[in-house]
Amino acid sequence: MLDKNNIGHEFPSFSVDIEKGRLRLFAKAIGETNPVYTDEDAARSAGYPTIPAPPTFMFSVDLEGPELLPILKLLELDIARVLHGTQEFEYLGQIYAGDRITQRSKIVDIFDKKGGALEFVVQESTYTNQSGEIVGKAQQTLVYRN
Amino acid sequence: MSDITVGTEIPALKLAPINRATLALYAGASGDHNPIHIDSDFAKKAGMPDVFAHGMLSMAYLGRMLTDWQPQAKIRKFSNRFAAITQLQDVITCSGKVVELIEQNDETVARCEIQAIKATGEQTLVGEALVAI
Repeated sequence: MLDKNNIGHEFPSFSVDIEKGRLRLFAKAIGETNPVYTDEDAARSAGYPTIPAPPTFMFSVDLEGPELLPILKLLELDIARVLHGTQEFEYLGQIYAGDRITQRSKIVDIFDKKGGALEFVVQESTYTNQSGEIVGKAQQTLVYRN
Repeated sequence: MSDITVGTEIPALKLAPINRATLALYAGASGDHNPIHIDSDFAKKAGMPDVFAHGMLSMAYLGRMLTDWQPQAKIRKFSNRFAAITQLQDVITCSGKVVELIEQNDETVARCEIQAIKATGEQTLVGEALVAI
């Protein structure tokens, strides 16, 4: 069973430069063809200061930390048994190319179902830009198959 | 005045069949390098029939559906649960509709039920979006 003492654990925060080329590659990978996501002029015509990060890109910010999914090490999880259960994003602002985003994340719950056959870890994250503005929040549940 | 009201359907987004190249490109671009999505040997050892799609790839497709419909700056909240695994060659269709209009923070927000389904009709993602109108 996962150690519930880890509820409340805060991971070290880290900062990520949001690169324009990376956003273009992400747009390509998800099949996004709206030029707002690849072309600065189109983005400005649509009222954005520059290319915005698509709505789910916050999750990719999570993956840019000093280690991939630090939760795996903390809870001694085997990545092959981890599934993504739920994901929620709240938008308080936007992430743009050129931003430097600081991510802070903590474990808010650990629980199990089916007599411990499945365990759940709930994590919350906030994303703050270089001006100190919180641009988004996220909550995700990971499912662990025992 | 917006013509968006309860019952308004979000234009559906039908995707091409998921293939290994889609997953490799998404792994690289998203930073999700979990080998279960890109390495067949690893996936089989983990007891899966083969590599399978990142849940977040389908969530990104739902996001595309939303931003095709309304400017991204109007999305307030976007969430889903991952109900079933998307396998290679699955054809995913995203759809959604407005189920409620809510007044919050001095604006009207459309609460939308959204989903991604396979060609069989099986739901893979089931969620909700709040979009200012």
